[in-house]
Amino acid sequence: MRVTVGLGSCGIAAGADKVFNLLNKELEDFTPCGASAVTGCIGMCYLEPIVNIDDDVYVKVDEEGAYELVKLLKGQKNNALSYKASAQDIELLASQTRIALKNCGVINPESIDEYVLKDGYKAAEKCLKNMNFEQVIEEIKTSGLAGRGGAGFPTWFKWNAARNSVGSEEKYIICNADEGDPGAFMDRAILEGDPHAVLEGMLIAAFAIGANEGIIYVRAEYPLAIIRLEKAISQARQKGFLGKNIFGSDFNFDIRIKAGAGAFVCGEETALIASLEGGRGMPRLKPPFPAQKGFKGKPTNINNVETFANVPWIIRNGGEAFAAIGTENSKGTKVFALTGKIAKGGLVEVPMGWTIKDVVFGVGGGIQNNKSFKAVQMGGPSGGCIPAVLENVTIDYKSLAETGAIMGSGGMVVMDDTTCMVDMARFFLDFTCKESCGKCTHCRVGNRRLLEILERICGGGGKDNDIELLEELSEEIKAGSLCALGQTAPNPVLTTLKYFKNEYEDHILNKKCTAHSCKPLLTYRIIPEKCTGCTLCARKCPANAITGTVKTPHVIDSEKCVKCGDCVKLCKFDAIVTT
Amino acid sequence: MSCNCKNEPRQELENYLENGNKTESDLIPILQKAQEIYGWLPPEVLSLISEKTGIKPAKIMGVVTFYAQFRTKPVGKNLILLCQGTACHVNGSADIESAVKGELNTEEGEMTEDGLFTYNNVACLGCCSLSPVMMIGDKTYGKLTKESTVRVLNEVAKGVKA
Ligand SMILES: Cc1cc2nc3c(=O)[nH]c(=O)nc-3n(C[C@H](O)[C@H](O)[C@H](O)COP(=O)(O)O)c2cc1C
Ligand code: FES
Repeated sequence: MRVTVGLGSCGIAAGADKVFNLLNKELEDFTPCGASAVTGCIGMCYLEPIVNIDDDVYVKVDEEGAYELVKLLKGQKNNALSYKASAQDIELLASQTRIALKNCGVINPESIDEYVLKDGYKAAEKCLKNMNFEQVIEEIKTSGLAGRGGAGFPTWFKWNAARNSVGSEEKYIICNADEGDPGAFMDRAILEGDPHAVLEGMLIAAFAIGANEGIIYVRAEYPLAIIRLEKAISQARQKGFLGKNIFGSDFNFDIRIKAGAGAFVCGEETALIASLEGGRGMPRLKPPFPAQKGFKGKPTNINNVETFANVPWIIRNGGEAFAAIGTENSKGTKVFALTGKIAKGGLVEVPMGWTIKDVVFGVGGGIQNNKSFKAVQMGGPSGGCIPAVLENVTIDYKSLAETGAIMGSGGMVVMDDTTCMVDMARFFLDFTCKESCGKCTHCRVGNRRLLEILERICGGGGKDNDIELLEELSEEIKAGSLCALGQTAPNPVLTTLKYFKNEYEDHILNKKCTAHSCKPLLTYRIIPEKCTGCTLCARKCPANAITGTVKTPHVIDSEKCVKCGDCVKLCKFDAIVTT
Repeated sequence: MSCNCKNEPRQELENYLENGNKTESDLIPILQKAQEIYGWLPPEVLSLISEKTGIKPAKIMGVVTFYAQFRTKPVGKNLILLCQGTACHVNGSADIESAVKGELNTEEGEMTEDGLFTYNNVACLGCCSLSPVMMIGDKTYGKLTKESTVRVLNEVAKGVKA
């Protein structure tokens, strides 16, 4: 019997560590299973904390639930059934195609033996013992694997370029784990849940291009991922999967970790390299590409975490098996982080070719509180909003790009009718302004001007020609920026303008925010028929803007009102509305 | 604000700097180590790093000001990382920030008068499914409301004083 607790960062935040400690204390001397084991995040974040007892899944297990599970295990009378995952939730999990997340939430990420039992390091062994570098690159080419970090560039092509880069014996493999999209956590879950898959992917890539040193650049905000990677690397060294003469070959390879210091732009490859070299992470002009001149001026191949995690599966199962999944021009699967107003938020991995609707209403369970689906933001600050009317667009690099959004790294933020699209554009611009490295004038100053216009519109000061101004400036920023941060920064503005122009017009011409989100544009009003005169709002109003006597309807003085919205939330009778 | 560099932390940093041949490419790990020791990066410490490694002060300042992680002001006993990522934004993180600001009576990056708290806005703590989220020390708090945020702050403050 095996008891496991999902202990990713998300699970821990939901209280899984308490459950884990409690189970361990209670089960320590209980021989049929013994203390419980750690796993990573299985992706069903909306059900956390999650405990598995063999094949049975128990969800939302609080401390009380943990005691019920202990009773169940010890054969005592219990109430464990009420914590059991519903058949529907199990089905949703089973409906996914899991390659990169294959082991996440299943094996103990801190145990190399469990990874090896799942055919771990078999792919690397196969490459090093029975294949030459050309065959490895050919297999990746057959698979059609494209970079999962955002740009979707064919992986084999980059490997081949780094392999063929002449003039230097010294080459490097870098894993980009800087995961900067604010609202995405695919890479974190893979690093925390199955770190060896990433190490094995890097090892195979290193063999293919002829590199002897690998570096993983991890985001500073991911301390648990760093701890699990450190453990994994030291275990892999002990087993001889990293180090000298791996699998008895003459190939040497080792990996070290570099913690980032908090700069989104360092996800861009040339900025990442500058940061590794100890400087400010500013992108430079390409070419030369990293494959020719990368870390320390040597040929370097950079791939994303999820890209590497797909590699061992491809080598084990063959490139054709991978290419059989997906669409004409997008092969395999993609991991998405479903967040925002989604009912069943978490991580999902689905084959390319599913529609947005399949993801949001299928595995995602639709919108929270049965509100209506408005749009989904893909690709973070570089991406765009796809409106609900386009819900039948397929997940495929080409079809998504045609909407003006991008596949991106996998963030899918779902929005309902309470999300204001102008405010969303403002939010992303605020982010890119803070993260611009300042090198290009258009990115540094242009984006700030864009932000100022959006702030003005959200604040009620929109002017007649603002929309034209936004469009014109956006095009100039795209043309005048050196790296993809600046080139893509206006995308959230352009896509919201394309699909939600009416919201901009409402803000600018009618000074109205239909989503009731931009506070300066709202007025608060008490419906006299609903108000019971309980005085709660009047007592709590920070601006003393509400007056009235007990048991008679109150009124809000709009001159004094600071539009904090507290009264709406306080009122037990839904008597306060915004217009 | 002057730094109360006691000898011990200084010794620890000096040992670290003298261990192995530290060059410009080690600057970020050096600064991370220094901040781990001091909690922030006082000017004296930056001078010490420059002295020991030969890296120019301008270069060091350039790197310190580029990365969000490095702090040039002292921080409270509890560092609050308030998530302002996309998922948290959509689920109302702006309200959480105003609750924190109101309760602590402070601005982002500034230490509270009692030295107990500093709060910083960050982009995505990777727990988006629990949004809105904040982290205090190494503990993450999810599904925050204005009320629960104030409650957490009070509990943490009490825990420190006790
Ligand atoms: C501003 C900016 C941020 C980026 N952030 C990331 C990131 O966090 N993670 C990532 O893997 N790629 C990121 N990229 C893409 C990388 O530059 C690069 O394309 C990718 O790491 C290549 O790996 P892949 O081919 O496996 O996707 C970013 C690009 C830009 C322009
Ligand atoms: S957006 Fe807040 S945790 Fe991801």
